[in-house]
Amino acid sequence: MIQEKAAIMGRRQLSPGVYKYLLSSPGIARTAAAGQFVQVTAPGFFLRRPISICRIDPQAGTLVLVMEVRGQGTAAIAGLGSEDSLDLIGPLGHGFALKDAASHALCVGGGIGLPPLCQAAAHHGANAAVVAGFRSASAVILADEVENLGASFAVATDDGTAGHHGLVTDLVKKHLEENKTDVIYACGPMPMLKAVAALAKEKGVECQVSLEERMACGMGACLGCACALYDEKGEQHYGHVCKDGPVFPAERVVW
Amino acid sequence: MANLAVNIAGVELKNPVITASGCCGFGREFLDFYPLSALGGISLKGTTLNPREGNPPHRIAEAPAGMLNSVGLQNPGVQVLLEKDLPWLKEQNTVLIANLAGSSPEEYRAVTEAVEGSDIDMIELNISCPNVKAGGIGFGTDCDLAGGVIREVRAATTKPLIVKLTPNVTDITAIAKVAEAEGADAVSLINTITAMRIDINTRRPILHNNTGGLSGPAVFPVAVRMVWQAANAVKIPVIGLGGISTWQDGIEMMMAGARAIQVGAALFTNPMAPVEIVEGMNAWLDKQGIKDINDIVGTVKPW
Repeated sequence: MIQEKAAIMGRRQLSPGVYKYLLSSPGIARTAAAGQFVQVTAPGFFLRRPISICRIDPQAGTLVLVMEVRGQGTAAIAGLGSEDSLDLIGPLGHGFALKDAASHALCVGGGIGLPPLCQAAAHHGANAAVVAGFRSASAVILADEVENLGASFAVATDDGTAGHHGLVTDLVKKHLEENKTDVIYACGPMPMLKAVAALAKEKGVECQVSLEERMACGMGACLGCACALYDEKGEQHYGHVCKDGPVFPAERVVW
Repeated sequence: MANLAVNIAGVELKNPVITASGCCGFGREFLDFYPLSALGGISLKGTTLNPREGNPPHRIAEAPAGMLNSVGLQNPGVQVLLEKDLPWLKEQNTVLIANLAGSSPEEYRAVTEAVEGSDIDMIELNISCPNVKAGGIGFGTDCDLAGGVIREVRAATTKPLIVKLTPNVTDITAIAKVAEAEGADAVSLINTITAMRIDINTRRPILHNNTGGLSGPAVFPVAVRMVWQAANAVKIPVIGLGGISTWQDGIEMMMAGARAIQVGAALFTNPMAPVEIVEGMNAWLDKQGIKDINDIVGTVKPW
């Protein structure tokens, strides 16, 4: 874990309020893994913003972050231009426990939950299927990125303006019925994750979910980002998204 | 280089910067940034006799120039601190301050007795946590209750005893005087200021506990005022904290009367803050030609 000023090498709007950054961050890129995150300084705000890592290139020393403007802090980050840098702390947390690249992975993203799945999808390449849910066609992001990985990509939209008209979990159900699946990696809103975890359990497929929670330190010091978990004995306790996660085995999460 | 060492209740700290309880766990989280030996001391996460799960999420909300928390003293209990963390901590060459909390005078006494024979250097008595239902701040806002708890703990320990005070009182000097009268060796202040944020879309408080404690630069001027008042009211050392995030803040707090300072929420923005504060204060002292940091304590010249 280090602090690094990451020069913005590229910045592009992917959809209304969603921005993709290519950052020079050699120190973090060197050790980062799929599903980990960074804490980003929001100019003028006290707390850093936890942003998941979309792509990691240790050779080039670059990271890709995709960030959605959720409030004033993320809006301040989005206001930074290509001459600026992002103040990062990372890599943070435990990412996806990636299965062998030859195993068949299903990546399930809900909206801005899709970016952290990209590095996992890249690991599995053509053995990865990515399904993602969005509000509408205008909100669909990263289609090119995912397809360039060799992974299949299917979307569901709430209003039917792109792909399947309905929930992404419909696509998950269909995929699990029609395809061999060894592992599911999922990130998105809690109701989606809960439904995906239930489908995975029903089919006996391993499922890893990436959670989010309001954070302060991002490194396990403040104990702010509590999430209810089951321990090995099945007893409930509060773990912490930043340090114990953000990725958890679905069966550990108290839904 | 000026002398940076300070002495609090007979314990020498190599510099006056202590990381504040609740902001640095049991010391391992910031090791990627600096060794604990860079710090004058570390005030460990608030510890109770038995494990505590803490409050349901959300526990964190942002504020202008600060944050609210309602962690609720989540901790693994004193035995875990003693058995799992202390053997490592005592090798780290820094002053170890156990921050102890409870929900009754008996529990405060019991947790104090548990650390009495250990390698803990000092005890910081937390009678000021705003985020627990029983005890905590309830003891810290009432002179009689505070006096009772401090008496129990004082009787149970020969270790230097710091009493951590809450700012959520009408008169900080009254409670500081009680601490002194009951045998505290030092007071530390301020804990967080009780606060609240509401999500205007859901009309729900952001914190599940409804209220939480405000910390960060937003509270710094309040902390300076209260440290100044307390330092003028008692003879025992005052440790100043509350929103310190720069070396200038550290100097200011010591001029207000603090003999040592604690750095808390600033760690979340800038993990290097404690080390930068030590370096910055040292450079300033050299520039000013001041040979000993103790010479600036309480040197504010009030109008």
